[in-house]
Formats: sequence, C-alpha cells, structure tokens
Amino acid sequence: MSTTAPTPPLVKLNRLGLPQSDYRGSKTTLCAGCGHNAISERIIDACYEMGVDPHRFVKLSGIGCSSKAPAYFLGRSFGFNSVHGRMPSVATGAVLANASLQALGISGDGDTASIGLGQFLHLMRRNLPLIYIIEDNGVYGLTKGQFSATADLGAKQKSGVINEMPALDTCALAVLSGATLVARSFSGDKKQLTAILKAALAHRGTVMIDVISPCVTFNDHEGSTKSYKFVLEHEEAMQELSFVPSFEDIAVDYDPGTTLDVPMHDGSHLRLRKLGVDFNPTDRQQALRVLTDANANEEVLTGIFYVDTKKPDFIAQLGMVDTPLAQLPENVVRPAPAVLEEVMASLQ
Amino acid sequence: MATMSVAPPVSGVLLNDFSLQVATVNGSGSQSSNLVLLRTIFQMGVPISGKNLFPSNIAGLPTWFTIRASRHGYVARKKEIDFLIAMNPETVREDVLGLDPGASVLYDEPLKANDLRHDVTFYPVPFDKLVAGVCPDAKLRKLVRNMIYVGCAAHLMNMEMEEVERALRQQFKKKQKAADLNWGAVKAGFDYAVTNFPQPDRCRLERIAGALSKTAGKIIIEGNAAAALGCLFAGVTVVAWYPITPSSSLCEYLIEYLKKYRRTPDGKATFAAVQAEDELAACGMVLGAGWMGARAMTSTSGPGISLMSEFVGLGYYAEIPGVIFDIQRVGPSTGLPTRTAQGDLGFVATLGHGDTRQIILLPGSVEECYEMGIAAFDIAERYQTPIFVLSDLDLAMNHWMAEPFAYPTKPLDRGKVLRAEDLTRLKGDWGRYRDVDGDGIGYRTLPGTDHPAAAFFTRGSGHNERAQYSEKSADYTNNLDRLKRKWEGAREHLPPPVVEHTDSGEVAVIAYGSTQAAMVESLDQLREHKINASYLRLRAYPFAAMVREFVAAHQRVYVVDQNRDGQMFELLQLDLGPELASRLRSVRHYNGLPVDARSLTDAIVALEGAK
Ligand SMILES: Cc1ncc(C[n+]2csc(CCOP(=O)(O)OP(=O)(O)O)c2C)c(N)n1
Ligand code: SF4
Ligand SMILES: [Mg+2]
Repeated sequence: MSTTAPTPPLVKLNRLGLPQSDYRGSKTTLCAGCGHNAISERIIDACYEMGVDPHRFVKLSGIGCSSKAPAYFLGRSFGFNSVHGRMPSVATGAVLANASLQALGISGDGDTASIGLGQFLHLMRRNLPLIYIIEDNGVYGLTKGQFSATADLGAKQKSGVINEMPALDTCALAVLSGATLVARSFSGDKKQLTAILKAALAHRGTVMIDVISPCVTFNDHEGSTKSYKFVLEHEEAMQELSFVPSFEDIAVDYDPGTTLDVPMHDGSHLRLRKLGVDFNPTDRQQALRVLTDANANEEVLTGIFYVDTKKPDFIAQLGMVDTPLAQLPENVVRPAPAVLEEVMASLQ
Repeated sequence: MATMSVAPPVSGVLLNDFSLQVATVNGSGSQSSNLVLLRTIFQMGVPISGKNLFPSNIAGLPTWFTIRASRHGYVARKKEIDFLIAMNPETVREDVLGLDPGASVLYDEPLKANDLRHDVTFYPVPFDKLVAGVCPDAKLRKLVRNMIYVGCAAHLMNMEMEEVERALRQQFKKKQKAADLNWGAVKAGFDYAVTNFPQPDRCRLERIAGALSKTAGKIIIEGNAAAALGCLFAGVTVVAWYPITPSSSLCEYLIEYLKKYRRTPDGKATFAAVQAEDELAACGMVLGAGWMGARAMTSTSGPGISLMSEFVGLGYYAEIPGVIFDIQRVGPSTGLPTRTAQGDLGFVATLGHGDTRQIILLPGSVEECYEMGIAAFDIAERYQTPIFVLSDLDLAMNHWMAEPFAYPTKPLDRGKVLRAEDLTRLKGDWGRYRDVDGDGIGYRTLPGTDHPAAAFFTRGSGHNERAQYSEKSADYTNNLDRLKRKWEGAREHLPPPVVEHTDSGEVAVIAYGSTQAAMVESLDQLREHKINASYLRLRAYPFAAMVREFVAAHQRVYVVDQNRDGQMFELLQLDLGPELASRLRSVRHYNGLPVDARSLTDAIVALEGAK
C-alpha cells in the first residue's frame, strides 16, 4: 500500500488540503479513448472539488470493462469488484454495515440491464444511499461487443447485425422503481457530468446516473447509436446545470422564472436552468413522459430527470442507530444474561 | 351411542413409552391441541419430542403430528404408532391400516374407522355434537373442535388435568377468552371419555416426579428458534434472507428477537434486517456487510444454496466472512419441500466453481443449533470466509427438549483486523493476503480506517498478496495454496467430534446432524443384538485428526447419512485415503422422514450378518 509523498507547495489543494493526485487510482487498462476513462476523470474531479475524504468513500462494481473502472480512481478508497450484475446487493450489505461512508457503485449496461436487472430495480426501490453509475455503451465490451439490453432498436453491430429488440430505458426504470435522483449524461460532456456527480455527492438516497460512454473498440462505428458521433449529433440537454457546494458562497443570482434551485441534503444547491422544454424535475409523471418522448424521437436526452430530496432513505426507514453497525461494541450487540434467562423461562 | 369395539387382548401397558399420532388436514388449527398434549406430557416429567409431518400447501392437505413419550429419553421418530387420533377422512383408511395390531384409534365417529379392522382398539367420539355443546358460536367451532381429543386422550392416558390446563393456558398466553373456550372443549372431551371409555388405554402416563423427573428445568424449542438465539447472542447486525421452507422461521424468529432485545433506549435498531429479492441478493448483502466489518447472516435451503454458489465462491476467494444456515430439505430441485434430508452436504463442501473447500458446522441437537449459531460468527471472522451451518427440517422445525442454553463465556472473536494505529506501527507496510503467521490467514482492514495505507481492492479475479490485480501463475498458485493451508488449519479449530461411546471392539458408527437422536437409541438396540459399537459424532467439516484415529481403531465403521449417495461416507473416503476408507460401510436413510432407530439397527445388523 502506498504512502503519500510530501506535497510540493505549488500544487493546488482542496478544502481537505489534498491535491488532486490523491484522488487518482492505478493506471487504466481500458482502451485509449474508452468513454469509461473519461467518467473516471470526472469522478476524480468531482470528488476532489467537493473535498470528499477518500477514507470515507467506498467504490463497488460488478463485472465488465466498466466495472474495472473503480481501480482507476480514488486509490486511497476501499474498492470491491464483485460478480456480474450483483453489485447492488453487495453495496446494500456494505451500506447497511456502515452508512456513514459515501458509497459509489459502477456498473455497465450489460451488468445492469441484463443479468443485474432484478437487483438494480430493488436497489432503487429501497432508496439505498448510494450513487449508482451505468457506464452505458450499448454493448458487452469485455466479452467483445455483443448487444446489451440498452442497445437501440435498429442499431447496427460492428459485424453488421441489426438489433431487433427495443432498448430498456434505465432512467425510466429508475424513476419508476423509486430512485430519488435520476439523470443521464454523456462521458464527453465534462461540465454537465461533473455538476451531476457533485449533486449526487450531496444527495441522500439512491442516485442513478446513466452515462452514455462510447466503446471505441466495439461500438463507435456508423450505424451505432452509442458512438461519439451519434451522441454529439443527437444529444439534447434539458437544463444547464450548475452546482453550488455547501462550503461556497451561495450569493450568485438566478432567475426563478427560468431556473429551479434545489437545496440538497448537505446544504449545497443544485441549479437547473431550463433549455427548450418546460420541465419540472420534481414531477415523476412528467419525467416519464419526457423520457418516453425522447425515445420515440431518437433523441439522446440528458440532464436531471427526477429529484426528490424528501423521501427517507433505506437507513432512515430501518430506524437504525447512528453508529455504524460494523462498529457497535460487544456490550451493545450481545444482549445481557437476563435476556437469555427471560427467553429460556418462556420455553420451560 | 358409541361403544368400544371388542379389542384383542392388549399386549401390556406402554407406560411412559409410546408414540401418539394426530392425523388432520392442515389449516384446521390442530397445532394448538397438539402442543397442549406435548407440553402436558413434558410437564409430567416424561421426555418427549414432537414432529410435524406437513404438506407443501397452505390448507386442506393431510398433516400428521407425532408425539413420542419415552421414559428412556429417546426422542427420535419411532417407526410404529401406538395411538392414533384419526380426524382426516382422506387418510383414515391408510392411517388405520398402517398400525400394528394392538394399537389404539381415537376417531371422529362419522369416519367409521372401526369398520376397517378388528385387531386394534377403537374410541369413537362425536366431535361435532360435543363441540356444539361447548361453543355456541358456530364460526369458532372449527378452531376449538380439536381440543376435544386432548380431553379424551387425557382421560385415556391418565394425564393430569391440572397440567393439561397449565399447558393450555401457556399456549394461549394472554388470550384469556380463547383459553376458557378451549378449556371447555377439553373438559367436554374428558367427560365424554370418562363416561364412554371407562378403561384406560394401554398407552399410559404416570408422573415421573421430583428428582427423577427427566424434564424438570428443561425447555422445548425448535432448532430454528435455537439457531436464531445463537445469532442474537453472537451479536449479528445484518440479516438478509429470502423465504423458503424450512429455513424461513429461523430469520423470522431472529427478527422477532432482534426487535425485542436489540434496540437502544431511544428505540433505535442495532441491526438491519432485509427481506431480499432472492437468495443471490441475500448472499451478496451478507458479503457486502462482512467486508465492511459487520456480523452478517442469511438462512436458506437447497434451492437457495444453488443460487448462492457464485457468491459463495467469491466469499471464499476474496476471503470475506459471513454465516449461511442451510436448513436442508429433500432435493433434487424443488423435491419434497416439507420433508427432511441431509442431501446438501456434498454440494456445500465444495460449493463454488474452481477449487473451493468450505467450512461446515453440523449441529446435532437444538443446543448445538444455538452454540454453533454463536461459534459460526467467530469462525467466519477468524477464517475470513463464509461458514455454513447445516441443519435440516427435522432439527429445525420440530419440537425438541433441551437443557436451558448457557450464556456464552467467550468474548466475540473478531479475527485479524488491522486498525489505523497498527498500520502506523507497521509503517503502512502490509498486504491483505500475506501469510504473516503461517496459518494462511491474512490481516484485513475495514473500510473507513483512517490511514493512507488502509485501503485495498477486493476482487474475485486473480490477485497477489497486496490485493492487486494479477494474472501471474506464481501469484495464483501462491494464493490457492495458502487458501488450502487455511482450510487445513481449520480442522482442529472447529467443534470437535464427540466420541460418545467407545468400545475397543471391531464395530463403530459415525453419524452427524439430526441422526444423533436415532443413533443413540439404535446403539442401545444394537447391544441387544450383541453388537457393541463405538460412536463418533461429527460436528464439522473439514474433519479433525481424531476422526482418522477413530477409524483406524476399528475394523468396520458404519457411516450413517440421511441421503441416497452416502455423502458423508464419500467425504470421509476422500479424506481418509484408500487404506482406511476400506473400513467404512455406508448406511443410508432417504425417504424424507426423520430417521428412526429401528431402521438403522436393522440395516447395521444385516450388514454385520453379511460381513
Ligand atoms: C455470471 C457471468 N456470466 C457471464 C460473464 C461474462 N461477462 C463478463 S463482462 C460481461 C458483459 C459486460 O458488459 P457491460 O456490463 O455492458 O460492461 P462493458 O464491458 O460494456 O463496460 C459478461 C457477459 C460473467 N463474468 N459472469
Ligand atoms: S472494449 Fe470498449 S468498453 Fe471495453 S475498454 Fe475497450 S473501449 Fe472500453
Ligand atoms: Mg457495456
């Protein structure tokens, strides 16, 4: 395990006094140009700028190229690369055991929308405090390019095969099943993705972000609907997003007629300035309608579709003590002898 | 009017030594009546066990509850039924014809059981007429009707009515009105029997009083409740489960206990219990929580174990503690979901793909369900691996007597964990999978540990001593060999075998799990056949060295399994090697019913005759 070298004085430090290099991980082994690498970069930026304490952060994933990514950011945080499609349950156990840590789950579109669909929906349904990112390239990268369930109807595989099945919209599914912050972004949209990630870090509950993340090796050709070119041509951002962290001055003005201000759990503010459609992201029905329309119009609609900062998260629902369960001492978790005597007497 | 049919001469009184079976349909509310009978006999100082043979169905199918009273303390299923209470029109024919001559049948008069044969004693009882007299509300009659047979049996068997009433009032606890109504039905049955059946039955009870009582101070409990208590006192904090017979009641009992006994003064829970979406998720949650440093458990049965296998392999290879109770039922596939077997042993021993070796605990009594329920968590954290507790339907869902459980004397063993101060002392130089102590067990850190060198990356893919991704052959073999060392090292640190009787003679028996009750009785029967067998009861896998010594000390060793393939027999053969393996003989019971002593005795006597 590496120890940190003394910091050279001219390096910019965040509010914890840490340089951005402390948020890096080991060197990526993914293909050069892979969208997943860009997402890792944005996670590094957001965590550094928000002053996330790496010791109080955990990263979990399933299996796939995308699920390898947690090794490539936040090297000073604990990581858990689990099994294909089952990260949600591992993350659930981990968060229950220590809800005081910030948890981030990385998945792929195959990992989430095929083998892991059941666990994905149940995670959303519980509103477990966790940031869930799908690095969505429409294919199984690691097994060499088969279609996934998020591949669009009519999309062409590199071999020329046309996808005959309709895509599952993971954002619509997340809204339907109970996630409390749902967004879509693009690995190439630095500003939007960073703002969404910061909002995610400030939220308490399940955050689901579907990030279109082109696979340069298997799905970046003509006829693909998840290529860089296609997304750049078809992306439609719903809002211009800005994020004011809790530790910054909130004085910046905004026009309530065009901009929605969402106060977040940690005291930060998320600001959404409307572009195009008149849209209210606290309205679930509208979110589902907008997503359905975008799918019909072959638009890659990005932005925040839904946010609910009031719904109690899973930890609150379970009425748990504040001390992490993993740290409760023996005298709290092992009942006294009188309890055993009471139970035994009731059985005599 | 009911009259006793002419019975053949009774072969003698069965004093405090008989089995009583109640045949009903499930959903008819007979469980309360049966438990009142069970508790009454127990309160009279006579050892008992109660076994429920039920269908995989909610209402309307046949179910049998069998109580065994045994002054000798034998609590396994007895093959023969001495006294039948026949309430089910569907099965009355089969139930009555299946009895040995001389048995007794108390039955619902319209069933006309007395037409079926003439060599048993019949007690016809007009249940509908009697219940109408004590329960004016027609809607409630179905619920109290069965109490009438309690009263009849009480008279015929000489039960003490004060004890019947005590048992009944305990059964209905605070529900005074229900208790009164039911007590009225008991008395009506009792009075009817006094008038119409003046002679007591040959199945008869007599209090075993004072110091001689074999039940004073004892408890009656199901194995699943006992295991739940084990988890409670082990300090479990994360419970994840998916309902499946016969394991559901383990987590249900546990959650009940946790809600009652594991809240802070301000009402906050010191646990999290989640009903997962399936067994994969339940197992994933256990691993996630174990990785984070919590004591986590799940309970399931065969189909759930099949689903968990991928995660179990991850837990084994990434070395994450967790406790998995497998309450075995009859497989393969859905099998007979409400019948008992020890059929998962072989599967669990190497659960997971690739080279895996699991650690299994084998409780043989309700006391051990409790004790191993505690020990499993210590072992899981010590060995940093999933630990299996293999119980079965017979142990888990039936009623067993036990000494009151002892409060644990050992503090929790949280295993090898490095804290921030340890890392400072080590100057950050450590490796998650490094074998520092030569026992194959590395040191782990827990997420949240505030030290720059604390974090490591957990993965099910190839890794080196520092938990870094590695595809190097040397790293892989190094890791796999260490895992094997770790497993080998567990042999002498698991619940040791119990040698309950040794005889330097030629013959020995090895059994495990719920077979224990039948085995001790069978050993006594074998002695009547002049077979003096030594007995070793296995309580864990991998086996301790003394198992080898035990086998080496005998010529013929019978290994008793409740499965078709002799799964323990096979594991022992593998472990002992060809020379000693040739001494093993397999005895198998696999009809879905709890094993009984007579079947074991007959099988061993036959094999001994053919040796
Ligand atoms: C149980 C199981 N089945 C199949 C696989 C093989 N497999 C590995 S990754 C993968 C698909 C990954 O696709 P995705 O989640 O979209 O990730 P990407 O590589 O595209 O980032 C599959 C099918 C596996 N690891 N485990
Ligand atoms: S195969 Fe595709 S998804 Fe995988 S690393 Fe390469 S570009 Fe990324
Ligand atoms: Mg993919």
